[in-house]
Order: sequence, then C-alpha cells, then structure tokens
Amino acid sequence: MKIGAPKELFAGEKRVALTPQSAAGLKKLGYECIVESGAGEAARFSDAAYADAGVKVVPTAADLWAEADVVAKVRPPEASEVDLSHPGQIVISFVYPAQSTELLEALKAKDVTTLAMDMVPRISRAQKMDALSSMANIAGYRAVIEASNNFGRFFTGQVTAAGKVPPAKVLVVGAGVAGLAAIGAATSLGAIVYAFDVRPEVAEQIESMGAEFVYLDFAEAQQDGAATGGYAAPSSPEFREAQLKKFRELAPEMDVVITTALIPGRPAPKLWTADMVEMMKPGSVIVDLAAERGGNCDLTVPDQAIETPNGVKVIGYTDFPSRMATQASTLYANNIRHMMDDLTPAKDGKPVVNMEDDVIRGATVTNDGAITFPPPPPKIQAIATQKPKPKAVEETPEAKAAREAAEFRKASNRTTTLLVVGTLLLLLIGTVAPVSFMQHFIVFALSCFVGFYVIWNVSHALHTPLMAITNGISSIIILGALLQIGSGSVFVAILAALATLMASVNIFGGFLVTRRMLAMFQKS
Amino acid sequence: MSLGLVTAFYIAAAILFILALGGLSNQEKAKRAIWYGIIGMALAVIATIFGGSGHYWLLAPMVIIGGVVGAFVASRVQMTQMPELVAGFHSLVGLAAVFIGLNADVEAARVAAHLASGSTEVLTGFAATLAHKTPVELSIMRVEIFLGILIGAITFTGSIVAYLKLAGKTSSKPLTLPGRHAINLGAGALCLILGIMYFAGAGLWTMILVALIAGFIGWHLIMAIGGADMPVVISMLNSYSGWAAAAIGFTLSNDLLIVTGALVGSSGAILSYIMCRAMNRNFVSVILGGFGGASGPAMEIEGEMVAIDTDGVAAMLDDADSVIIVPGYGMAVAQAQQSVAELVRRLRAKKKEVRFGIHPVAGRLPGHMNVLLAEAKVPYDIVLEMDEINEDFPNTDVAIIIGSNDIVNPAAQEDPNSPIAGMPVLEVWKAKHVIVMKRGQGTGYSGIENPLFYKDNTRMFYGDAKKSLDELLTKLT
Repeated sequence: MKIGAPKELFAGEKRVALTPQSAAGLKKLGYECIVESGAGEAARFSDAAYADAGVKVVPTAADLWAEADVVAKVRPPEASEVDLSHPGQIVISFVYPAQSTELLEALKAKDVTTLAMDMVPRISRAQKMDALSSMANIAGYRAVIEASNNFGRFFTGQVTAAGKVPPAKVLVVGAGVAGLAAIGAATSLGAIVYAFDVRPEVAEQIESMGAEFVYLDFAEAQQDGAATGGYAAPSSPEFREAQLKKFRELAPEMDVVITTALIPGRPAPKLWTADMVEMMKPGSVIVDLAAERGGNCDLTVPDQAIETPNGVKVIGYTDFPSRMATQASTLYANNIRHMMDDLTPAKDGKPVVNMEDDVIRGATVTNDGAITFPPPPPKIQAIATQKPKPKAVEETPEAKAAREAAEFRKASNRTTTLLVVGTLLLLLIGTVAPVSFMQHFIVFALSCFVGFYVIWNVSHALHTPLMAITNGISSIIILGALLQIGSGSVFVAILAALATLMASVNIFGGFLVTRRMLAMFQKS
Repeated sequence: MSLGLVTAFYIAAAILFILALGGLSNQEKAKRAIWYGIIGMALAVIATIFGGSGHYWLLAPMVIIGGVVGAFVASRVQMTQMPELVAGFHSLVGLAAVFIGLNADVEAARVAAHLASGSTEVLTGFAATLAHKTPVELSIMRVEIFLGILIGAITFTGSIVAYLKLAGKTSSKPLTLPGRHAINLGAGALCLILGIMYFAGAGLWTMILVALIAGFIGWHLIMAIGGADMPVVISMLNSYSGWAAAAIGFTLSNDLLIVTGALVGSSGAILSYIMCRAMNRNFVSVILGGFGGASGPAMEIEGEMVAIDTDGVAAMLDDADSVIIVPGYGMAVAQAQQSVAELVRRLRAKKKEVRFGIHPVAGRLPGHMNVLLAEAKVPYDIVLEMDEINEDFPNTDVAIIIGSNDIVNPAAQEDPNSPIAGMPVLEVWKAKHVIVMKRGQGTGYSGIENPLFYKDNTRMFYGDAKKSLDELLTKLT
C-alpha cells in the first residue's frame, strides 16, 4: 500500500506530514511512500532529500490523491482535496470534528475513512502519537521566543557596570503542555515565572518546571482534571470572577503574559480583559496561544501582532508550530508514523482500522460510510482519579494554644508523679538500707541518667556498633572475677578464673568487632 | 597500689566509657570513641589487678587465653554474622555474672566462718571488704546476689537461644508451649520464693536452683519470640547483661561496675524502646513472645505476582533516573552487599540518583544494614533512614527491594486486621516501578502475606540475591 503527503494548501502553513526520516520508518512497516513535489520545501525538506530516502515524488496533488491509499496531512482536508479523494482511502490529519460537521459529511459521502490526530485519546499508550502535545510543546517554546523578540529588555536579571537590570516577570495562564513548555523556556531564559491553572493538581507540575503557582483561594471544589481526560473544564461564574480578580492584581507587575487556556470543544475563555491590558506597563507583551479559537485576551486579533494605545503588544499568531516548520514537521511526521505503526499490527503495509482499539476508535471520525464521532469514552482512564485530599483541620490559634497547654500539663503531671513515686521509693529504701548502700545507689541512679541522655544522641546508623561497644564494656564484670580470684577457697578461685576467661573473650572480641565495624563507615 | 589510686583509675575509666558511648553520635567521632572504651577497660583491669587481686599465676593465663580466643573470633567473623556474635558474647557476660554471684556467697560464708574462728590470717581483696560488712549490709548483699544470679542466668540462656536462632541452628519460629505465660509466671514465682528462703539464710543450694530455673526462663522466653523481633531481643539481652553487672557491682561494693552496668543497662533499654517504637509494637508483648493474634480475617489480596528476568531489570534500570534500594535480611543472608555496592557504583557513574532506604528494623539487629553497606564501601551519605526517604518514593523511578518483606508491606497501612497494622513501613509501592528480589514465593519472616508483591507496578525478580545481582551486572553496560 502507498502512503502519501500532499503540499499543504492552507495559507502560511509550512509543515508537512511526511519527512525523509519518517518515510524510512514507514518503509519498515511495509509501506511505499509518495510525496507531492515541493511539499516539504517550506520545512526545508527538498524533493531531492525525499528521493534519496526512497520516496517517490509526484508532480501534482491530483496524482498523489489518485495514487495514495493513505493520505497524511497536517491541516484538515480542504473541499478541493475531498473532491480528489476516492472511496476506501484513509485520510489522517487534524480534523477538529466538533467544529467541522460539513467536512465530516463530505468525507462520509466520499466513503473515506478519516483519522483525526486531534482526537487521539490521552492515554499513556497513545502518547507517541499525541500530535496535540507535540505541537503544543513547540507552540509554548515559540511563544516565549516571540515574546522575547518583542520585549525590549532582558528576560534575566543582571547586575552590570552599566547598571542593574531587573528580571522580566512572566505569567503563564493555563499549564497544559504548551503552558509547561512556555514555563520551561521562560525560566531557562532567566525570567521569574508565575503560572496559573484552574486544575489544582497541576500545581506540582508547575513547581517542578521552576515557576510559582498562583494560588487562588476559592472554596468551591475545583474540578478534578482526571474526569475530563486531563483537560480543563469550564468553571463557574463565581470562580471566574475570583480568577479575574487575581489577574487584575497581577497585571501591573507582569512584563510578559502568555495565555494558553483552552477548553476542548469550546471557544477560548476570555481571561485577560481589556482593563488588564490597560493596567500593564508600556513595552509589555501578551502572547495569546489561544488566538485561533478566539483568544484568551479581549484585544487579540488572530494572526496579527498589534500594539495597544498604551504600548502593550498583543501577539495573536495562530501558526506558532508552523513558524518552526522543520522541528514541527519532524515531530508531527513521527506522530503519524506511530499512528501507522498501530494501524498496521502485522507490519505488512496493510492498514487495519480496528474499531475495538481504544486509540484507533477514538481517532476515527468517519469509517465505512458513517460518521463515528463522538467516540464512546475510552475503556482506560487517562489519569487515575485524584483521591480527595484529606482536609487538614485548621486549628484556631486558641485551640492550638489550649491543646499545647493541655499536653504540657499532662507531661509535667506525669513527670511530677514519677518524681514523687521515685522519691517515696528512695525514702523507703533509705529507712532500711545502710549508708554504704545508699552511697552506691546514688552512683547507680546518676549513671542511669547519664546513660539515658548519652544514648538518645547516638545516631541510628550506629546502633549496631553501639551494641557491640556496650557489649565490650559490659565485660567490665571481669573486675568482679579479678577481685575474687585471689580467694583462699579453691572453688571460688576456679569459678572466678572461669569468669575471668569468659569476660576476657568478651573484652577483646567486643572491642575488636566494634573497631572493624566503625572502620568501614566512610563518606563519599 | 593504694585504694585511693585504684579509685582514681576507676573514675577515669567511668568517664572514658561515657565518652565512648557519647562519641557514637556521628561516624567520624565514633572511630575515636572506640579508643576511649578500650583505654577505659585497660585502666580498669590494670588497676584491679595491681590493686591486689592475687593468684596472678591463675589470672594471667586466663586473660591471655580469653584474649586470644576473643581476638580470633572477632577477626574471623563475617559482617553478616554480627547479630549472632553479639548475642553469643552476651551469654558470656551472663554466665560470668552467675559465677561471680555464687562466689560472693561462698566467700561470705567463708569469711563468716573465718571471723567466728577468730583466726588472725589477714584477709585480702574481696574477702576483706566482706569482713567489714555489718549484718544489714550482708542481708542487702544477699538481695544483690539473688538479682545478679537471676538476671545473669536469664541473659546466659537467652543469649544462647538468640545465638542459635540467628545462626539458623534452630528454627526461628516462635515456640509456643501451651500455657507458656503460666509457666513463666510459675518459674518466676519459684525463683522469688527461693530468693526469700536464701534471704532467710537457707544457703547456697537455693541460689544454684535459682540459676537453673532462671536459665530455663531465659531459654523459654527467647524461644517464644519470633525472628522478626530479634533486634529487640538482642538489645534487651544487652540491657540485661548491664543490669547483671550493676547488681554484681553492688554485691562487691565496686562503683565502677555499678556505673558501667547502669550505662550498658540503660543503653540496651533505650535501644529496645526505640526498636519497639519503630515496629509499633508494645515492649511487653514483644518480650512475652509471639504476635498478639490478628483481630480479624486478613484482607483478601487480589492480583498475581508477575516475574521479571534479568534483561527486564537491566532495561528498567537503564531507563530510570532515580533509584532507591531497600535492603533487608535477605541481602545479608545472600552476602550480596558487595554486588549491591557495585550496582550502585555503576548506576551512579551513569549520573543516576541512587539512594538507600533503611528501615529501623531492617535485618536482625538495629543498624544491621548500615554496617553491611559500610563494609561494602557504600558512602553513608546516600544511606537514608525511613523518615528521610519515605516521601521521595512517589518521585522515584525504580525501587529495588533486596530481601526485605515486612518493612515494605503495605498491609501495615491498608489492612487494619494485619498483625503488623500500624507499623511504619517504607512506602516503596509509590515508586513508578518496584523490583522485588526474592528467593521464592513464600511469605516473609513473620509469615504475613505481602500485598506489595501483587501490585501492578511490582515485578518479582526471583533467585538468590547475590547471583541475580551478579548476573544483572553483566547486562548493565
């Protein structure tokens, strides 16, 4: 079977769905690859490079559509392309099926099987073909580069002989893949990065990328991202208000704002309002990654960079991945190749659209002359459901003080009781025991205390040596034997001699072993 | 040597002993601390000998023979046999205490007869001390002798049983005779009665009987304690040997013995306490032996154990950035610490983060794992305690469990009916992957089923730990 990539028709689109490198991978799956002449030109893949990789270069799109059994594209097929398709053909591209019912109908009418790269479910197994993520990653990075390009200062703070430069403050709204990529790029340029997301569980990811999570104090249980396959869901009006209030606080301080908030199947939420833009300093930059879907910022003009009257630049480009066409094409073509890998279980160059497979079922939007969108929910949940976090009971300062006081009283009561009982016991012994005994007893009691305090300080790792050394020291019992060995009684002398023998074994053995053990401890 | 000088030596020795114990607060100081102990002991022994012990012809060979034997054993023993060696040494102290206690009584009788006959022979050493005792002091001394012999005998047989169990020469399963608490109680009461008879002047035979009965108690007590509780037992016996020495110190009116005995006694007691706390066990129930009986049926375990081969483990380690190794007694048994250390060196050379998580009761005595790892020259700053490392497991790619079981058993947290419920454990199952190195499918030392082995992210790597690791090392580039 043949798999082909035409030249993209969408204005300004530089990406291509097949690269010489991915063609090599597809060949291993048993496919022949074809490409329309000039398809990779904008992404710096020449026809010659394709030919070298064994890809057949055909002169026109019509030839390609006629010849290919599988057509891989980046942008959704245009009407003219649908006309060129033939029944039984498989088309793989971004489709956005929720917004393009007409396209689906047209494809259905042509009996074309369509796989939407944007519908690949977000489960671990499908990550390798998740083109949304790979494109979002590029978009996030590029957004920072565009922002820096339009920003008149360093991102990093510097103290130089010519003066001190404050670091740029960057706010990233929406910490999806693009947002996280933007955080990573901005922090590595040296900016101070703040990030916000409606999903509280991403706070950890944000912090792991080196940004500070903008915490929103809001009582309503925020929606668990796991329920929506890891994407954000629309929030309540109250929550939105709280969120905007927070943004208004932040707006005057921020030099760069990058918004990436998208909710699947809906226009982008308006999060950065006109009054916030007013508040920002001249020279600040807003990059709106959601421009294609209406933009997160009120002032965004899709595909344009504008400057507001107060000198804030609002960048609404919709083609960030396309601006890095070589990189984007490489990644996208790999996503396609992985998709073909899953479609070709036998590796024999024959694609099988297995509607039982979660990933393929999710991505397929038309098949066998029917529209198969929306897909049923996947069998495997993308992300494990978050366990409700146990709520720490907030103690009022008074309650805390009262509890601590009670604990302290309890502890001191216990100590007092112990001391009283101990004193009474001692007095009792003192009434019967002679002075000589009591003198020894003082020594004994004090030693117990000394031992108590000394041993608590022994580090855990040294407990074995501690035992060995106390074992060695406990052979001090040899003194008893030595004191008795000179006795006139033979019986006593013999027993004492045996005790001496045993204690000696212990002295030498115990200390030597301890030494061996301690000698081994070393620091790297 | 005058009595004053001897006492001065004793004071020096006592201070040195305290410094020796205090010096164990960190590894570097510890190497100096051991010398304090050795010098203290030398001072004490020399002072006592030259203080006029007499019978040097008998004394010298005993010390020399004992020294040679002790040194020989200590230099030959392998680090994995540490626990049983320490237990064995305790038994010697216990038996010495019994002998000295019996001697004290014989001496007392002899001195009494001597004084009654009005002989003018000059008494030396211990006998001289005895001759100056008042009747009240002599009665108190009988109590001390009783205590010394009782504790000494328990220590002696208890340590021998502990030695046999740890050396694997006898089954480590708890021996539970019917009515064992009654037996212990009866034997204890019998000792007490004999003690009272002795106090009333019944003579030496009561003490010999006490020694025998106490010996039985020691044997029976330790036989009833399961292998998992051995760390507590050893430190407890350590404590006993100290108390026995202190009791003998009272008998002989020797302050150094009292001080040292009290130090050792309290040290062992605190160690036992620390260990019980680490296992969330009640000290009394550990001492009386056996687990306190499950309060309900154990939780059903779902899933199955999935095995993995050497190549799989090698691949997993190749992909991992952070690894935590949790060693247990199985590593000691297989003598695998050198292979583990080599594995760590290789992984660290590849810039992977490798650390050790040590449970306070891993192995058969406290700090056992630290000693083994130190022997294999694993740097001690990557060896962390349970509390230090537990929260890092969720960010860890691979946790390798080498021959430990109960200390990584999630049932302690998940199943309130488990016999180990509430015991703090290393939360290895939170790591992305868990590799369990184990000899077979059986349960651990305590005989408790371990749900960890059935978890989805757990892979079982069966085989002798050392052999498996050596094989693994050949696959790691």
